[in-house]
Amino acid sequence: MSSPLTTDSPATPAKTSSPARNAPRLRGPRRHTPGKPRRSLLLTVLTSLVVLYTVVPLIWLAINATKTQAGLADSNGLWFSSDFALWDNIRDTFTYDDGVFTRWLLNTLLYVVLGAGGATFLAILGGYALAKFDFPGKRGIFAVVIGAVAVPGTALAVPTFLMFSKMGLTDTPWAVIIPSLVSPFGLYLMWVFASEAIPTELLEAARIDGAGEARTFFTVALPLLAPGIVTVLLFTTVATWNNYFLPLIMLKDSDWYPLTLGLSVWNSQAETIGGDVIFNLVITGSLLTILPLIAAFLLLQKYWQSGLAAGSVKE
Amino acid sequence: MTTLQPPAAAEPRPAPPPARRDRRSWTGWGFIGPFVAVFALVFLAPIAYSIYLSLFRDQLIGGTTFVGVDNYTQALKDDQFWAALGRVSLFLAVQVPIMLGIALLVALVLDSGRLYGKSFFRITIFLPYAVPAVVATLMWGFMYGTKYGLVGDINEAFGVSLPDPLSPDLVLASIGNIVTWEFVGYNMLIFYSALRVIPHSLYEAAEIDGAGQIRVITAIKLPAIRGALVIATIFSIIGSFQLFNEPNILRPLARNAITTDYTPNYYTYSLSFNGQQHNYSATVAIIMGVITMVIAYVVQLRGMRKGA
Repeated sequence: MSSPLTTDSPATPAKTSSPARNAPRLRGPRRHTPGKPRRSLLLTVLTSLVVLYTVVPLIWLAINATKTQAGLADSNGLWFSSDFALWDNIRDTFTYDDGVFTRWLLNTLLYVVLGAGGATFLAILGGYALAKFDFPGKRGIFAVVIGAVAVPGTALAVPTFLMFSKMGLTDTPWAVIIPSLVSPFGLYLMWVFASEAIPTELLEAARIDGAGEARTFFTVALPLLAPGIVTVLLFTTVATWNNYFLPLIMLKDSDWYPLTLGLSVWNSQAETIGGDVIFNLVITGSLLTILPLIAAFLLLQKYWQSGLAAGSVKE
Repeated sequence: MTTLQPPAAAEPRPAPPPARRDRRSWTGWGFIGPFVAVFALVFLAPIAYSIYLSLFRDQLIGGTTFVGVDNYTQALKDDQFWAALGRVSLFLAVQVPIMLGIALLVALVLDSGRLYGKSFFRITIFLPYAVPAVVATLMWGFMYGTKYGLVGDINEAFGVSLPDPLSPDLVLASIGNIVTWEFVGYNMLIFYSALRVIPHSLYEAAEIDGAGQIRVITAIKLPAIRGALVIATIFSIIGSFQLFNEPNILRPLARNAITTDYTPNYYTYSLSFNGQQHNYSATVAIIMGVITMVIAYVVQLRGMRKGA
């Protein structure tokens, strides 16, 4: 859609914020210049091969969600089988095992709202502090957080599990939510974004008018950060929605599983003796799991693409 | 983001600040405090705890005893650990260059402005990033099937017999394909975003000098996005060394090919949750963490120096 913002244009839309409305204006100065390159059919075809690689599995998933368990076995993977069972599959996915899929969906939403929402909120506050305040230990905090990005997150999993189990947090939603609350990448992005999007004079003006720090933040700074917030929110949402390892080690009780863990259990169920083979539901459930995120990325693309572009300015 | 700052200790203690500055410093903490608190709980505390754990051993007789670096010497002589590390190193050496190479080529093509329907390509290639590793692995796992999967369909349709992607010889490559599929678009977008902010005056100057497309790429574009290349490489190294989800989810389909010590991370997981060897598991995790950080740091130093 809109081309990402450039260095010479401000990283955020001015004042009150509808980046959607502003984006087309920003696109203007940037239209490609070096001799107006000719479009190339060859390059388009070659790039289409990469597109084919990325979409064929998704198409496969969509087609096979329309098949019954029997149809999966005896029809070609890239074409429909004789019976179209998509609606039955969707209904069965939601009702199988007393509607446990619905429960997993609600769990996932809970983890996303509290985990990703909380992570975004903490990143906004922290990024704002790093960008606009001088405080002792600031450089230290920044160094430690950036250094921590290089620590393999899963290396922390075992000790975190043991610590949480001592605190009695394992097998509760908190065991999944609390570790999701920290997003170093989100903090970094908000820091870059806040330093470029919020004019310090504006904050000074608000303070002179007698607004307290909290009020200044919520009424002056927050609206200016909108595209950055959408970006961080989307990426933390993906991280939480797609999380597998953390819930795998933290949760025993399948009542607290997120969708990812639940689908994996359904899939390995075929292996257990006497287990119900429900690959058609695994496939339909997978499709239902990815649709919300794909829709979010498609609908919000002008926000997050400009947010990402702003992040790369400082690199 | 591309430079690690010196640790906090290096910062000189400021002289007693004026009253106003003092007030502001507290305000700053009010905003960053919550992040720092949670960060300490879920990052710093587990690191400290795992170092503590790695110095002890839990035995049936005698209970928990302090053993110093015994766990570390054990790990360094552990064939299972080295085999797992070898596997992810091979993965790293082959998969990462392929993935980043494709991502870079696509980003350069998109940036060249020579495609029809550019935004369609950009968003479509990025889409797999929104697909959870679980779904990606299940999907590819089904397609890999030689009986009912896509591989089976191809065998049937063309009367060929493709090798089983889930056999011990090929399963690492099959996992590499899944990981490439998941992250090629994400890396492409990082490169593309970096390419977009190169000042256009540079291209105009190059054009006046009569530089061709290839020359513009090697002399202007690649050096300009070196930071993004280094970051993407470091993240890919971290990702490869942490490999767990894909082999773990694929295992039910390939029991013979994927063992529970297939990757270092899978090994620590099995040690902890199947073997109850928490102390040894923490030791292996720390060793992997140190190896990862050292390699990431070396890549960063080299990447930043090259041509600078």
